[in-house]
Amino acid sequence: MSRIKNVIIKITGYRLFLPLLCLAIVLLVNIIKTPSFFEITIKNGVFYGYIVDIINRSSELVILSIGMTLVVAASGGTDISVGAVSAVSGAVAIFILGGGQTSTDFYHAPYLLGVLAAIGVGALLGAWNGFLVAKMRIQPMVATLILYTAGRGIAQLITKGQILYLRVDHFKQLGGFIPGIPLPTPVFVAILCILVTMLLLKKTALGLYVQTVGINSRAARLVGLNSTMIKFLTYTFCGLCSGIAGMIITSRVYSIDANNAGLNIELDAILAVALGGNSLGGGKFSLLGSVIGAVTIQALTTTLYAMKVSADQLYVYKAIVVILIVALQSSELKRMLRNLRGRSQVTQTGKEVA
Amino acid sequence: MECENKVVLTMRHISKNFPGVVALSNVDFTLRAGEIHALMGENGAGKSTLIKVLTGVEEFEAGEIRVIDKKEPIINKSPHEAQENGISTVYQEVNLCPNLTVAENLFIGREPMKRGMIDWKTMNKKSKELLMNLDIDIDVAMALENYSLAIQQMIAIARAVDMSARVLILDEPTSSLDDNEVEKLFQLMRHLKSKGVGIIFVTHFLEQVYEVCDRITVLRNGSLVGEFEVGKLPRVQLVAKMMGKDFDDLASIKKSSGNQAAASGEVLISAKQLSHSGTIKPFDLDIHKGEVIGLTGLLGSGRSELARTIYGADRADTGELQVKGKKVLFGAPIDAMKAGMGYLPENRKEEGIIADLSVRENIIIALQAKRGMFRLLSRKEQEEFTDKYIGLLKIKTSDREVPIRQLSGGNQQKVILGRWLLNNPDFLILDEPTRGIDVGTKAEIQKLVVQLAQEGMAVMFISSEIEEMLRTCSRMVVLRDRCMVGELQEEQLGQDSIMRAIAGGAVNE
Repeated sequence: MSRIKNVIIKITGYRLFLPLLCLAIVLLVNIIKTPSFFEITIKNGVFYGYIVDIINRSSELVILSIGMTLVVAASGGTDISVGAVSAVSGAVAIFILGGGQTSTDFYHAPYLLGVLAAIGVGALLGAWNGFLVAKMRIQPMVATLILYTAGRGIAQLITKGQILYLRVDHFKQLGGFIPGIPLPTPVFVAILCILVTMLLLKKTALGLYVQTVGINSRAARLVGLNSTMIKFLTYTFCGLCSGIAGMIITSRVYSIDANNAGLNIELDAILAVALGGNSLGGGKFSLLGSVIGAVTIQALTTTLYAMKVSADQLYVYKAIVVILIVALQSSELKRMLRNLRGRSQVTQTGKEVA
Repeated sequence: MECENKVVLTMRHISKNFPGVVALSNVDFTLRAGEIHALMGENGAGKSTLIKVLTGVEEFEAGEIRVIDKKEPIINKSPHEAQENGISTVYQEVNLCPNLTVAENLFIGREPMKRGMIDWKTMNKKSKELLMNLDIDIDVAMALENYSLAIQQMIAIARAVDMSARVLILDEPTSSLDDNEVEKLFQLMRHLKSKGVGIIFVTHFLEQVYEVCDRITVLRNGSLVGEFEVGKLPRVQLVAKMMGKDFDDLASIKKSSGNQAAASGEVLISAKQLSHSGTIKPFDLDIHKGEVIGLTGLLGSGRSELARTIYGADRADTGELQVKGKKVLFGAPIDAMKAGMGYLPENRKEEGIIADLSVRENIIIALQAKRGMFRLLSRKEQEEFTDKYIGLLKIKTSDREVPIRQLSGGNQQKVILGRWLLNNPDFLILDEPTRGIDVGTKAEIQKLVVQLAQEGMAVMFISSEIEEMLRTCSRMVVLRDRCMVGELQEEQLGQDSIMRAIAGGAVNE
């Protein structure tokens, strides 16, 4: 029994080793450059500090990367519409709760209705993506490009082109703090999403199905799996995650700006999956890897801010670090290094054969 | 006379090894100008390796290749170099650009130029002439995709011949053509033949060989069986040579009786006029409880396709299927599984194993799929099932969590067998279950098949090896050219009768 346990530890250790290493390196830089980075203080009964900020700010990304991981694993493609879908979900929530008014300070509808509508719309848009990819067999990138562009238009339609504000303290709690609890709410939401998904993967055969379809969809069909349905479900699930992320994004700023809510976050979500050591070609996946990847991205952003890099230059530095991290994990690099080391030997034996 | 033709290509003592396998051993091949020369052999005989060696796709270790107007032996390093030496190949899938015009396709990469620009007028004119020469009358300014596959293939041939006309290799050119198109292609081949082109024709359709070819070279297991003139080699002998039995020496091997469970007579599965267009013509077939029914025929005769149509892997277009007397309609394999079927596919790598998943996951996946997503087998059950079949089938693996791709071919096959046995099907289809597997494992699988039938399971067994079929099957269905052409009952089974049936002679009744 302990041997099996050792093997499992070895395998998971191996899979998550590189993603964790990357996160550690990013954090390590801070110990040297910004010693105050790891300080956590308590102000007004809640925790403050860079670390808290990283975990807080990465919540949306973590939630999106969960959905993205399943999409990538099952279809070998990415959903680039998650940012736009988040914006639509946020717009729907504020439209319902704010009664369609530009600015209001009381709920026009029950809070729960707003939340369910936002998540429902997210799932619906995800289902649309799933229909295009799984049933119509359109390339994932192209299929989700439709909502990537149209999504923000739909959000604009809902908000009539304006920024809608909902100045209700209760509404701010999802993206901020619940009174009496010292940690930001998004962290709990993200953890809940991780736990529910892991439970789903552990207690049902979904994870096995998704991997089987992603690795070999022809064999999957012959063993009785419905590849179309499974791909459809992952896209729907990804849309649902986008809806939840949209709610957090909207709540943080208690408003919806259809143009900017969740802008470019789809790229970070895809990157999180890749940083987590998952193949973008589909197949076997590690949910925790993606979560670590998402936190790494946010840690990187916060680190650069802490090092006083201005917001407009941020992308350049981020790009450089991402190149390094991705290169570190690429199997091609490993192969090249191995070849370099092994070359002298190979040429020698080659000559002998000739 | 014309038939005293010059030799345009000789290959002598060609040998080629792949890691662990001898692909070609000491093979000779001779091609004369103005002949159509069939290259024949079953799967793995070395046909495609020989072609690849000739065209520079693969290197060879020993031997030499000579062409007519070169003094030195040649070694082609790439298909391009082969073309410069006068050897062109046209493959089954047309390697042209469907959205370009016919003329562009003919001259791509060697367009006639005028002042640094493509001279379209000359190109179209030359294309027209080129095709007219071959009796192909089409509009060369139209996009290629407007024409049928046959015409596209002819254009590919025209391009190949125009670039270098000595030796033309046609690799399975007729596989996706209908009868009329095949006839047109043959006209073109005869036309080229009269112009002195040597044509190597790789095919597995016997009829076509006898219709159009002058000579046949047969390969088996990487060795040369011989070169024969078509007129002097009866079909049944050709089949015998391909399958590895010298017809004259064949003694009917009667099976040891009592080994087979007598079919209980109860019909388990009944197909009436079932078909899938393009792969298998309508067939009638009854399968009984407790019998091992063999499907035999040459490669491409529709063996696998018949099985796939029953299993619902290819959805039947016509006809009716009954399981235990009830009419069923399979939209997908899962329906067949629920009706008690299992299917071990021919292509283990592409359709069988789920490479990155563990042995355990590969074994339980089909049962789990049948149970549905929300009734997950507990880890304990999964491990018990896995251990049971690892033991029962003697699967060699260091651990049940090892990814299946790390196992040897034979053990991978056993895992997939285990996957289906775990489902406890009433009817199990085994398509080439012993291909690429060592002798010991082969015997184990054969024994298992017979044993399963004795326990009441109906097994459909498909194999290219007749001996193996004779050992296991109690009845055989013969297929030829995508059509079920006959059945052989137990008392009729013997190598000679089977080969006769495959080759197209009458089944002894």
